[in-house]
Amino acid sequence: MNLRRIYAIAFKETLQVWRDPRSLAIALLMPLMQMALLGYGVSLDIRRVPLCIYDQEHSQTSRELVQRFIASRWFSSVRRLDDERAIRDAMDRGSCVGVITVPVNFSRALAMTGTASVQAVFDATDVNTTNISIGYAQGVIAQTTADFQAGWAAAHGLHPVSSGSVDLEPRVWFNEGLDSRNFIIPGVVAVILGLIGAQLTSLTISREWERGTMEQLVSTPVTALELMIGKLVPYFVIGLIDATFCLSAAAFWFQVPFRGSLGTLIATTALFTLVVLGIGYIVSVRVRSQLGASQIAVMLTMTPISLLSGYTFPIDQMPAPVQAVTLVVYARYFVTILRAVFLKGSTIGDLAVPIMALVLYAAVIIWIAARGFRKSLD
Amino acid sequence: MTEVATVVAEELTKKFGEFTAVNRLDLSIVKGEVVGFIGPNGAGKSITIRMLCGLLRPTAGRAVVAGFDVGREPEAVREHIGYMSQKFSLYGDLTVRENLHFFSGLYRVPRTDVEARTRVAVAMAGLEGREDALVRTLAGGWKQRLALGCAILHRPPVLFLDEPTSGVEPEARRNFWDLIHHLASEGVTILVSTHYMDEAEYCNRIALIDSGRIVAIGSPGELRRRELGGTLYELDCSALGAALAALRRAPGVTDVAIFGDKLHVLIGDASVVTDLPGLLKRAGIEAGPPRVISPSLEDVFVQLVSRPRPPQAPA
Repeated sequence: MNLRRIYAIAFKETLQVWRDPRSLAIALLMPLMQMALLGYGVSLDIRRVPLCIYDQEHSQTSRELVQRFIASRWFSSVRRLDDERAIRDAMDRGSCVGVITVPVNFSRALAMTGTASVQAVFDATDVNTTNISIGYAQGVIAQTTADFQAGWAAAHGLHPVSSGSVDLEPRVWFNEGLDSRNFIIPGVVAVILGLIGAQLTSLTISREWERGTMEQLVSTPVTALELMIGKLVPYFVIGLIDATFCLSAAAFWFQVPFRGSLGTLIATTALFTLVVLGIGYIVSVRVRSQLGASQIAVMLTMTPISLLSGYTFPIDQMPAPVQAVTLVVYARYFVTILRAVFLKGSTIGDLAVPIMALVLYAAVIIWIAARGFRKSLD
Repeated sequence: MTEVATVVAEELTKKFGEFTAVNRLDLSIVKGEVVGFIGPNGAGKSITIRMLCGLLRPTAGRAVVAGFDVGREPEAVREHIGYMSQKFSLYGDLTVRENLHFFSGLYRVPRTDVEARTRVAVAMAGLEGREDALVRTLAGGWKQRLALGCAILHRPPVLFLDEPTSGVEPEARRNFWDLIHHLASEGVTILVSTHYMDEAEYCNRIALIDSGRIVAIGSPGELRRRELGGTLYELDCSALGAALAALRRAPGVTDVAIFGDKLHVLIGDASVVTDLPGLLKRAGIEAGPPRVISPSLEDVFVQLVSRPRPPQAPA
């Protein structure tokens, strides 16, 4: 190993990145765009739930119920419908997530039997939103029922039914506002780093093959290891700059609470950067065209990171075989670490398992990368 | 004084699957010699050079370059050679100076020498004042000379040049050969491949390659004298194709080939054929009087590759 040669390669590579608009765009513009897109675009909170109500009865009681829905504030808007056709129409156009229908015999049934039903139709194309909307609707109905019962009891000179009741007083830790953004944004940093890191290095060897410069390079005494280190160093620096940008944006712009130590964050980020750079380099060694290499690099990073790292879809909710697959998705460890460091303030000791997994991963990837390139034209 | 061979190849062979690109090639080049590799495309020139540089692993046989075995010590070989590939392979997005500094770093040129050698290389390429131009903006001849400059930054004793002048204008080609001879006069051993026959005349020795074998090797003069084995006539005639066919069948004619708008006819035994125009006239072809000419290297080469060869040894 010779430092002089490593320096020569690192310097040349830096000049090439600096003069290549494509690499420069990936290095500098992509983190900005991705952070904005993913940071703002990905949210699991349901904040906009429009509802329609079709009151067939127009009695005092039914109007009371409708009024309760309007006053509940759980729905972003509540619109009254006047006929059956309008229900179908509203659902088809997706102008509401569901329609509550109060039947014509609502108040009579309630008065005579003490119970009455309302029909609720929901658009289940978005399961998550539907579940939450049903919950909201049930909340409104439960509250109204309780008030109706109290009123009915009072009107008949009875005390309201008082049986033992247990109340749940929830306290949520680590993400007190239950803001899904706090949960997602640290993961977004992993996604961006993974994508950019592998993209950048995937071009580095394939570019030499494509432009014919490889033939001259392999005729020099540079060793495969010197070449790899020299080529990874500039991208490692770029990766850390991008990481700094993304992490700062997470903490200061998106206001994700940061409770851990900066040291843990930097060390684990460097480790993860090494893994993704190594993966890109391995692809670059195998695939001799820049386009092919960058596409394979995207496939190897984007798909597993966005779907299997747990950054949006919780891993413990996945079927067992898929959970087993996620064990080899390096990003899941980094997502776990990022979330824990940001929200829980976990220390290196708390995170020993995911950190060791990343260390192991980095070691294997770099070992493969170092052996992958052979100085031969065979 | 015994001459020490700096490049030796013994039964060097390269196969790609069933195809034999280089077939048991023997070669020995002494210090300070300029040897030209001449042969058609696909003859195995580039493959041989790449094996000698340690870029391709020989399937069989061995080669020693500057005292190191190319199969066992390829890195040591690379320290002692300069190589210019057929395709231009410097970095187009780097400047002249940046390319020179990059290769100085890879070859570990002593730091104190880097600037001086960069200046020499720039002067040699005739690029004074254009040190900061991006290499992709240079014209062919300058690029080639700069590539040569990069290949000799570490003062290698052996230089392999694979068709260095292809696609370069004649004036620039002559300049390039001046550089090659200058280096050889300083003791650098040079193996250079080309498909320009006129360039072969600049070499101390020429190795003619066809189908992965050296079919003849010697100085240009020797090859012209030795290899033809007969008298060469030039003939003006109408209907070149028909004349070619007629003469090929004629007794005593060893070989016929078209050279430009004339025929070159090699007569092995002058006692059998005396009247070439008469022979053609009987076939209905008009021809001028034959002139005895001294063969060019091209004649030699055409004659050698068309000569039936003994069947190849089974692999």
